[in-house]
Parts: sequence; structure tokens; C-alpha cells
Amino acid sequence: MAEERVVGIDLGTTNSLVAFMEGDKPVVIPGVDGSNLVPSIVALDPIPAGGRPTVTVGNTARKALIQTPERVIYSVKRLMGRGLQEIQKELKMFPFRLAKDVQADEIPRIQLGELKFTPPEISAYILRQLKRNAERFFSAPVTQAVITVPAYFNDAQRQATKDAGRMAGLDVLRLVNEPTAAALAYGLDRAKTGTIAVYDLGGGTFDISILKLQDGIFEVQSTNGDTHLGGDDIDNLLMLIALNEIRDEYGVDLRLHPGAVQAVRKAAIEAKIKLSTEQVAYFDIELPNGGRYQREIPRAVFEQLIKPILERTAEPCKQALADAKITPEQIDEVVLVGGSTRIPAVRQRVDDLFHLAARGKKPHTELNPDEVVALGAAVQAGILAGASKTTDEMLLLDVTPLSLGIEALGGTVARIIQRNSTIPASATEFFTTGVDGQANVAIHVVQGERELAADCRSLARFDLKGIPPMSAGLPRIEVKFLIDADGILHVSAREQRSGKAAQIEVKPTYGLTDAQVEGMILDSYDHAEEDFSKILLIEARNEAETILAAVERAPRNPAWQQLTNEERAAIEAARDRLAQLKLGEDAAAIREATLALDEATRHFAELMMDAAVSTALRGKTMNAAGEEMDENVTAPHAMAPAEFE
Amino acid sequence: MLKVLDSAVPITCWSCSVGHDDSTLFCPYCSKIQPPPGGDYFSVFGLKPKLNLDLHTLEAEFHRLSRRLHPDRFARAAENEKQWSLADTALLNDAYRTLKDPLRRTEYLLKLLGAAPNPSTSSQPGGPEKKIASQVPADLLEEVFELNMQLEEMRAARKTGTKDLELEASLAAAKTKFDALLAAVDKDLRAEWIAWDEGNKAAREAAQKNMAALLDRRRYISNLVRDVNATLGA
Repeated sequence: MAEERVVGIDLGTTNSLVAFMEGDKPVVIPGVDGSNLVPSIVALDPIPAGGRPTVTVGNTARKALIQTPERVIYSVKRLMGRGLQEIQKELKMFPFRLAKDVQADEIPRIQLGELKFTPPEISAYILRQLKRNAERFFSAPVTQAVITVPAYFNDAQRQATKDAGRMAGLDVLRLVNEPTAAALAYGLDRAKTGTIAVYDLGGGTFDISILKLQDGIFEVQSTNGDTHLGGDDIDNLLMLIALNEIRDEYGVDLRLHPGAVQAVRKAAIEAKIKLSTEQVAYFDIELPNGGRYQREIPRAVFEQLIKPILERTAEPCKQALADAKITPEQIDEVVLVGGSTRIPAVRQRVDDLFHLAARGKKPHTELNPDEVVALGAAVQAGILAGASKTTDEMLLLDVTPLSLGIEALGGTVARIIQRNSTIPASATEFFTTGVDGQANVAIHVVQGERELAADCRSLARFDLKGIPPMSAGLPRIEVKFLIDADGILHVSAREQRSGKAAQIEVKPTYGLTDAQVEGMILDSYDHAEEDFSKILLIEARNEAETILAAVERAPRNPAWQQLTNEERAAIEAARDRLAQLKLGEDAAAIREATLALDEATRHFAELMMDAAVSTALRGKTMNAAGEEMDENVTAPHAMAPAEFE
Repeated sequence: MLKVLDSAVPITCWSCSVGHDDSTLFCPYCSKIQPPPGGDYFSVFGLKPKLNLDLHTLEAEFHRLSRRLHPDRFARAAENEKQWSLADTALLNDAYRTLKDPLRRTEYLLKLLGAAPNPSTSSQPGGPEKKIASQVPADLLEEVFELNMQLEEMRAARKTGTKDLELEASLAAAKTKFDALLAAVDKDLRAEWIAWDEGNKAAREAAQKNMAALLDRRRYISNLVRDVNATLGA
């Protein structure tokens, strides 16, 4: 068997993508619906009596958001690797509920309909969908992946992401920082030397990374960020205004109606997107009591509103520059990543921060900001697979975003690995006992920049056990801390005088044990070869059914009449052929016939789209029109790429 | 703990079974990666301990070794080679981080020679001890006392929201002065580097003593400058 492909995955707050190296070029793998983006939305379908629960992901799950909001979760990335208190704070702006029986010392579970899920499990469903998309695309199993994480993710958040990969049946070969991945994607086709800054404002996180490029080596100098800052915050701000005004003017508190809140959220997102290209956007929301909330949002007002949010990106940028010991003028190029960098005010802020216009420079936006991270993940996957000459020349040297420390006497922090140290990095510390015959020493590891351990993120507490009985102060226990290339901490210990390896139990403060992760591995982790062909057949039949059902409805559409007789006959012939093959066992033949029918209906699809666009566009943005069509129009071409940019 | 590499201990390569010097990252015969060698940070780069280093050469060597050692190059290797790649790369990164920075390099060398001003690792139940605060350099006693008073006043003024332009100017002047002192310490340090690198045993011992004292002084002054910057910038 040929070496298995390694895919690159961008597990985003808002959207997720999977990509791979096609020769020397990274390419995004589309889903069944032809879209490159899989919305990071997971829904639990209503469970039929006696039936098994089914989970849907992406655009299908998005549709459930307004009808059954209590069964849907989005932006789960914001909950990854977080403790109970942090999640409670987070949930104030989101409509999800914590399971009632949640214990303070375990990973919080989110209630979804009748069932409860940990954040890594939810992410695992998204990863499984991406894995399936890739398997469908290659017609071969995919079990190895590179997954991206925000550069500013801490140890617990990284571990949670790796756990999610394992639950989805993926061997996570590497976690790559998102801004670094973007730099890889940009650096691929230009052998460059210079210093670049990557400004990554995504759905829920903000990262800034400064890299030095030299002969294919991408050496990160410094990174900074905020794992709590992104487009979500802008949406929430607009929502808050709408919800408050609706309550004050119409006496309706929509917060009591989760479905209505989602409708407001949708309107807020649409308005935000529209304001990137237009000078004014409108809220026009139907209220449950029959009223109508209408409001104009001029771009100037919007920019004033989001100013404090954008201002929060400035401090991390300045800190990153200071840590890299350079001035803004020494940045040769700036790369913009993340959907939120489409906002003109964001671009203006970046320009100010790095003095770009003054130096006759412009930030790089050539690669689609939604896709660039996934493309970079694919490049890193190529580097790991050692598959191509292009990637063999490249090497990424990343850093740890946060300092690692140990709680010392008095609750202060003794730093053992400074932030922005190139990883892998290690540190060795020596510990001893305070009492004669003491057999255990407790160690508390923290991550963060604050002086007091209580203000830092608690990573792990562990006991050095089995210290041979000696007088106080005599044992000499060597503890080695190692941050690996994924930014994850490993600890090992040894008592030096007796030569005995001390037994260590590292208990992560927030995290799942190995056994817990095993127990959460998704059922579909079953891609043994024989199962795989079965899955391919089922998927091929499903796709065939989708397109056949759409063709069945086609004659009812006015566009059908615009087709020539030959075109209609060709569609009918392709339809009959597929219907016949679908009964057989040959997945490849079914897929081929599905593609043929798709091709035959292309002109029809275009006619229908034209009609839909011209109706939908009255007073709407292209994006909004796109979404609406997604919900209301039965496009007969399940796989035709619908492009609404 | 850290040791100066005196005599090379012969080690047998796990792959080709030929004996080799234990300070190599790769087997000189079969080129396979080896477990972390026992030498000091200088030996990782094939250097003898010294204080004047050419940073361009150091960086080029760091990149060359990274290309061969990095875990990315061993993603599909056997488990033992993966582990060594991780450990060796951590060692390489730790070594480069220490040696590329002049102050860390000096501190490291002194620690290697057992002449460190403050041991950075010490033994404490429940955690490593914090570094002991340095003594006020005797010639600066008066000025430091004055400066601390002014910093206190400044912080108090900040709290009540009053703006004392005279105080601000005098703090800024103090900052300029201490910045200059810092530059002077650095110049003295560089002279000691040369003395150590080129001197005989006695000259080296004298240089070690001087460097330890200079590092103490430098640490003290740079803490002061940091306080002044923080207060002025607040």
C-alpha cells in the first residue's frame, strides 16, 4: 500500500477545513455540498423512539439552529480545555447549557437535547466530518492529520484538541499554530528572506506572530494573543444592541426565546459582513409578537462600536514586537488571516500598528483568509510526510507562547521556561524534602506571565512519590520538564542519590485521562479496510439519493421549461442510469453516475441559481442570499460548487 | 548536573555498534541520530567554552542542526529515534537560546565553572527557591535611595491623579543616568570576555570573579531601570 496521505485540518471557531498537498500545492478538500468550509456547528438530531442518536455537522446542523437551538452547539472551540468557572462565564453570551450534574473537578459537559458532551467530543464530531470528507475525496482511509490551534492556546487547550483528534480516529502528528501555518502557506511559492508579522483575527481568537524567514527556515521570534477575542465578540456586541433595543422599544425580551436569539445573531452577522463592503447595513427582524424591529447601522457607527475590540489587538502586537526586540519598521511584510480581517477598520488598525501605508506597503491578503490556515496545515503535513521536494526544504521552528513556572514558597512563580522559547524546550529543576523521612513532594506547574501562581493558569499538580527515606534536605530529585513540538508539557523525575526513578502521577488540572479519552472515541472509529468499502458504498448511495430526489423535483421549477428537449432527455437518461446503478454494490460506478447526472444538470442548475439570485438580491447581500438559498432552494446539483463571494 | 566536558566517554552506537565520542548528536560512522549527549551547551555546537561568539556562525549551525534533528524529520521514524529527536532538539534549542544571548551565555559559563553569583537551581520542598535579590552596589547607595524615594512619590502622585512635571523630569534624568551605567557595565563585561577567552588560568580566574560581580551589578541596575520605566510609562 502506498504511504497514507497526511491531511491538514483547520479546526476553527466558526468554520473548519481540511486540505492536502496535491504535488507541490496545498488544496482544500470540499465537502459533499461542494463547499470548502464546514461550519463548526454540531447538532443532535431528534432521537427516534428506540433508535440511535445521530449527530450532524456543518450546514445541516446550522439549519437546526433556529428550529431546535437546544440541540445545537457552535463556537465550541472557546470551551476547549477550560475549567468550569471559565465556561460558565463564556456561556453567558451563548445559548448552551451545562449539564446539571457537572462536578467541579471534571471536564464540564454541555447538554445537547437528551445527551451530554464534553467540548473535545463536540470537536471530535467536526473532525470526523472532515476526515470523512477527505476519505470520500481520496476514496481511501485517512488516519493521520496535522491540526492547527491558536498560537496563544495553553497546554490544556492543546491537549484537549489532541484528545478530540484521537476521539475522531485521527493520529494527530502535529499541532501547528495557526499564524505559523498561514506563514507556511504564504512562504511556499516565494523563497523569501525577511521578517513577517501574521495578524490573525478569527471567529473567537486573536494571534500575532512574528517570524524570520531564511532559506526555507521559518523561525518564530515571538507570539502573543488573546484566546478570547474575535468576530464572535463583534457579533455579540451587535446582538446586545438589538436585543436591548427590542426589549426597551417593544417590551419583548427575546433572550427568553433561544430560536429568536439565533435569528438576531444571524442578522447581526449579516450586517457585519455587509458593512465590510457597504456604508450602511440594516437590521430588519420580525418579532414573535408580530412587531418588526428595524434599524439602520451606518459603517461609521459600527466602526465606533468595534473600536474597543480592535484596540485589544494592539497590546499583544506591541508585546510581540518588544519580545522579538524589533520596531514596526523592521517588519518587512504583514499577512492577514481570519475572516475578521476583511473588516476595513481592522485593516486600518493593522496599517497603523505596523506603519504600512507610510512605508508604501500593503498587508498580504492574496490567499483567502478563511482558507490560508488549512493550506498551511497541509504544507506542514507535507513536511512531516517528507513527500515532496518543495516541503523537504522547509522547516518550521515555533515557540511556546506562555512561560512555564513552578509554584514556589509563598505562592510566587519561579519561571523555568520563558515564553517565546523555541520548542521543543526543556528545563531541569532539583527538589528536596523538608522533613526527615518525607516520601512525597508536591509540585504545582503553572503557565502564564503573572507573579503569583494563583493568577496563572494551573497546568498540573503532581506528587513525587516513593522518595527513599533520608534526612530532610538530603534527597536530590531531578525533575525534567519538556515542552514538545506540539507545545505540550511532559514531566519526568529521578531521585539522584539513590538512583531511583520517582514515580510521578501528573494530574492535569483540566483535562481528560487516557482512559476517559478511550471511552469517548466515536463509534465510527471502525475504518478497518473491510468496513471502509461498506462506508464508501453507503456514502455513494446517499449522494445518489440526494441528487435523484432533487432531479425528481426539477420539473416543478420554472427553469425546467427553459431547457432544450435534448437537455431534458440527457438529464432523464443520466437519472435512469444512476437509479439502476444505485441498486448495485459498486461504489465507484455509483459515484461516476452521480457525477454524470450532476454534469447533465449543470445548465439547469445555473438557470435556477440565476433566478434565485435575482429574486433574493433585492435589498440583500450576496452572502445573505447565499444562505437563504441554502435553506429554501432545492439545488439539484449536490456537488456543483456554489460560489457566492 | 552540568559538567565541563573533560574526557570523552566512549559510547556504542545503537544502530551500527561502532564506539564513538559521547558528545555527538549523530553517529560519525552511520550518521544515525544518537541519544542526547552528555556535554555542555558549547559542545552541542562543536565549540570549546568561550565568550566571544560569532552570532552568524552560531545561527547557521543552529539551522543546519535543526534541519537534521527536528521532530518534523522523524514523524514516521521508529519510536526510539522519535524520542531522541525530541530530546536532542530540546537540547539544541536550550543551548542556542542560552548561547545567543550575551548575558545568558556569561551566566551559563560561570555556572559551568562553579562561579555563579546566585545558583539558579536550589533545593526547596514544594518548589525551587527564588533568586536572592542582589546587594545594592556600594557606589550607588545614595542615588538608589534617592531614586526609590522619587519612585514612591511618583506612584503616590499617580494614585491621586496629580501631575508633578518636576518629578517626572528628574526621574527621566535618573533613567538616562542608569541607562548609561548599564552601557558601562556591558562594556566592562566585553573586556572581561576577551580576558577570559585569551587569558591563562590565573587571568581566567580573575575574569570569572569580575564577571560575577558585573552580572550582579547589571541585574541590580536593570531592575531599577525597569521600575523607572514602569512608573513613567504607567
